[in-house]
Amino acid sequence: MRLSISNLSKRFGPHPVLDRLSLQLEDTHSLVLVGPSGGGKTTLLRILAGLAAPDAGEVVLDGTAMRFEEGALLQHRRTVGVVFQAFNLFPHLTALQNITLPLEKVHGYAPAQAREVAMQLLARFQLSGHAAQKPAALSGGQRQRVAIARAVAVKPRVLLFDEPTSALDPEMTAEVLDVIRELRAEGQDLILVTHEMGFARVVADRVAFLAQGGILECGPAAQVFNAPLTEPCRKFLAAVLKY
Amino acid sequence: MMTKPSLLQRWFLEPSGRDDGTSWGWQAFLAGWVPALSLVALVFFFSFHRLAYQWNWPSVYKYRSTLLAGWLVTIAISLVSLLLSTLIGLVFALARRSRLLPLRSLGHLYVELVRGTPLLVQILIFFYVVADAFHVGNRYVAGVLILSFFSGAYLSEVIRAGLESVGQSQLESARAIGLTRAQIYRYVILPQALRLTLPPLVGQFVSLIKDSSLLSVIALNEFTQAARDVNSVTYGTLECYLPLAAGYLVLTLPLSLWLRRWEKRLRFET
Repeated sequence: MRLSISNLSKRFGPHPVLDRLSLQLEDTHSLVLVGPSGGGKTTLLRILAGLAAPDAGEVVLDGTAMRFEEGALLQHRRTVGVVFQAFNLFPHLTALQNITLPLEKVHGYAPAQAREVAMQLLARFQLSGHAAQKPAALSGGQRQRVAIARAVAVKPRVLLFDEPTSALDPEMTAEVLDVIRELRAEGQDLILVTHEMGFARVVADRVAFLAQGGILECGPAAQVFNAPLTEPCRKFLAAVLKY
Repeated sequence: MMTKPSLLQRWFLEPSGRDDGTSWGWQAFLAGWVPALSLVALVFFFSFHRLAYQWNWPSVYKYRSTLLAGWLVTIAISLVSLLLSTLIGLVFALARRSRLLPLRSLGHLYVELVRGTPLLVQILIFFYVVADAFHVGNRYVAGVLILSFFSGAYLSEVIRAGLESVGQSQLESARAIGLTRAQIYRYVILPQALRLTLPPLVGQFVSLIKDSSLLSVIALNEFTQAARDVNSVTYGTLECYLPLAAGYLVLTLPLSLWLRRWEKRLRFET
């Protein structure tokens, strides 16, 4: 993906969350956003997902500038996939229906066709046996994998993950990260917010360190993690890698 | 140390640690219901006995078709009002969530006016003033409209609460997969809200059936009006009003019982 963000600003009340944030990426398959809580990671991701509009600034993804009005944002949302921290799935629908809903109602698949796509994905993520189950009957890891299947089913040009494992215990975290790594290996473009630094190292083409509403550092994982240039980044890494 | 429960305890006390909703079998059923029903029966038997009333069932029995016709009208009115009030309730619930401020205020005004005034007053004002001005001459149509708008106000609050109970994260998920606003309501919010609002909805329907009796003040020939008519001919007041009570119970009791079972199911699913 090619991503160009310039002077992106967003404030909630008097508090600026993003402050003239800029980022230029060429030919990157996976971008991992790290940084302290409240640094603006989630807000940036929501803007990229078309779920929030910035107060100022511009975003160009693969050559197209995002237009921040509802009609254009709706179209934009249909071309990207989003996986949230938790509560992604619709509790009144089965795992299968959760995946077929957007295929049928948003992307115009025939029911049989949507079902086939969904079943293939469920099989791929070892969830075939759970197709008819409601989210309440699934484990946290299974739920997240269904959510990923739903996001992948529509063939998004980029997948956005907002701390997809932070509500999971370690074992389930691993099964979800495995899926993300697999997708990455297949060439799926993705942007990931995570606190799993080890995973970031493995999967990231580029790591961006976000703090105080801006990107303080951006580079290959090895560079950012091994030789951080700025003091906030050094402090952050020292804190999260301490134990 | 566990003491052996006495005979009395064994018969009449709820076994502790059994609040998991499983049924206790027929002994417990009898132990609960026989004393309760006996008590109520005793009070009424005593009261009626003191009344020294001259029962005259045959004179009222002659007019059974009038009572039956009234009962059927009550069912018809309740059913139509039930559908119409649900629709009205849904429309006003959505209006109160609208981005259009006048619509929101209208919804608010409607709910407060209807809930804040007695149904009897509403019936009189709407039938003799509003219905008249809008040339709604048919008292059945007017009756159904009045009842529907009355019940609709309560239902809109119930439905609104249901809609609001669907979390922000669900909304965000639904937006993220590219659903339009209408689709979000249709496929995500309403199905979830309905599950939660069904119990209060049914409760409101029970009220609606009983409230329809007030329509007798505009001489609408429903069940209560029929009982009054028969009473005025036969002077068999109790012979008219006891079947009246039974006729309403036959309609409301199954609804209430069904409601109980639904609530129980809901409790164990979540």
